[in-house]
Amino acid sequence: MSDTVQDDHEEGRRDFLSILALATAGVGAAAFVWPVIDSMNPSADVLALASTEVDLSQLEVGQSITVIWRKKPVFIRRRTEEEIKEAEAVPLSDLIDPQSDADRVQNPEYLIMVGVCTHLGCIPLGQKSGDEKGEFGGWFCPCHGSHYDTSGRIRKGPAPNNLLVPDYTFKDESTVIIG
Amino acid sequence: MSSHGPAPEFTNPVVKWVEARLPIFSFLHMEYRAFPMPRNVNYLWSFGALAMITLVVMIVTGIMLAMQYTAHVDMAFNSVERIMRDVNYGWLLRYIHMNGASMFFIVVYIHIARGLYYGSYKAPRELLWLLGVVILILMMGTAFMGYVLPWGQMSLWGATVITNLFSAIPVIGDHIVTLLWGGFAVDNPTLNRFFALHYLLPFLILGVVILHVAALHVVGSNNPLGIDPKGPQDTVMFHPYVTAKDTIGIGVYLLVFAGLVFYAPNFLGHPDNYIPADPLVTPAHIVPEWYFLPYYAILRSFVDGWWIYEIFFGWWATAKLAGVIAMFGSLLMLAVLPWLDTSPVKSCRFRPVYKVLFWLFAIDFVILGWVGGKPAEEPYVTIAQGATMYYFFHFLILTPMVGWLERPKPLPASIGTPVLKSTGGQSVDQPAE
Repeated sequence: MSDTVQDDHEEGRRDFLSILALATAGVGAAAFVWPVIDSMNPSADVLALASTEVDLSQLEVGQSITVIWRKKPVFIRRRTEEEIKEAEAVPLSDLIDPQSDADRVQNPEYLIMVGVCTHLGCIPLGQKSGDEKGEFGGWFCPCHGSHYDTSGRIRKGPAPNNLLVPDYTFKDESTVIIG
Repeated sequence: MSSHGPAPEFTNPVVKWVEARLPIFSFLHMEYRAFPMPRNVNYLWSFGALAMITLVVMIVTGIMLAMQYTAHVDMAFNSVERIMRDVNYGWLLRYIHMNGASMFFIVVYIHIARGLYYGSYKAPRELLWLLGVVILILMMGTAFMGYVLPWGQMSLWGATVITNLFSAIPVIGDHIVTLLWGGFAVDNPTLNRFFALHYLLPFLILGVVILHVAALHVVGSNNPLGIDPKGPQDTVMFHPYVTAKDTIGIGVYLLVFAGLVFYAPNFLGHPDNYIPADPLVTPAHIVPEWYFLPYYAILRSFVDGWWIYEIFFGWWATAKLAGVIAMFGSLLMLAVLPWLDTSPVKSCRFRPVYKVLFWLFAIDFVILGWVGGKPAEEPYVTIAQGATMYYFFHFLILTPMVGWLERPKPLPASIGTPVLKSTGGQSVDQPAE
């Protein structure tokens, strides 16, 4: 191999071309791969079920309903005055996952939470009138004994977090859109 | 193995560690870097690589589609429409897969034409050629079953026609058809098993492709002159010369592919397949996809009263059975070609008579394809029968005869000779470092 300046230029030119070709191939491969991966993301029909509208006009005080949102149960409870006062009175230091009741509701009368235990995913009891409600008057998960209070907060048991409050908006006084 | 030169020395310690336990790096060096290719191969030699790329694209898009598709008669059509409308880039995956099948056959037909013209099927490449015919047959099976999956009108009725062919077999024919169907007609059991087999066959194709490439690497590539390389002056290293050439080939190929997918995705398809399958309504004209049309024309040519049928088949087989035998026979002709062609000269460049016959055959194949898409009425029936006769005449009569009788043009001394006259046919291949 000769050591002239000419050869060095040609070496650099060749390296440049190789890198350019490889980079272009890389961009092309990425352009092909992205739609392949993205096709596995939720499709339009799945995303269309991402919001659920619920009519609350028939819900009475002290009554609970369960609706489906994104394939999961959502507990909606129209709380009694006592339950609201009980929830607001709990000091934050007593809580495993400290969160004030005000932070968990937009309208204190309506408690809306995802009915999936934050421990390992069972559905807690407490929606129906004959159900176990646990030691704190809210919900009780029979799988491993997590107790939730009247604000859906974990008080006793292995669950680490309060029952999840999803994003929701009140379309009007008696209709809520979840998600 | 043809000589590839000395084994490479690796410096990277990780590479050396792997290499000592599984010599994959020196294998790749031998087969895809240092592999000697005749220096005169033209772009027709890129079509094997294009076929390989198409196979990979079909497998990847096919698996992604299989994640979203439902193989049940009540849901299949809608699941495909969901892919087209709701799945992110589902329309793109579907159109690539659908047009990829057509591209696969375009590429493979040109690849085969290259083999026919340059005598790539002759010794010592007969097994390579046979493996190729096996790949072609597996491709046809895969494509046929894949077309059934969207469960449109053509899916159902094409499947009905083709599976019914097997009833032509005497004695056991009807039992075979019932076994294929899993019922009394093409219905859910048929659809389900076609989905399973359509997923399976491409991996069998992949296996045979590996054997095909291995058989090629043992004997080395043919070239447009049809004469063997006499030494390193007649060859170039695969990398970077053939990799660069194939990159251009791939670029053009992807342009054509993209043109179809983005600008004319339904051009090669049949509109009737956008009508959900109805077992009580037969479409007016049942047509297979374009790549099957020549074989369909041969199948339909055999009718009562046609003198070819009467002489060769009429006394022992029904017209239906004759058509089936002829259709499979047309593929058999390809398989036995290495033994039908008696000429010792490989390339049509030096075979002035056979060169003309090659083009006549190519035109005949196109005519068969054209007439296969027409209704089974005059004048198309007569044209199809004539073209069918010529197809078999080409293989069984012309090819052996011309091999014996033709006087070929004189072959050059070596691959390098025509371009190296000034240096007396000597040169040493120095790939620049």
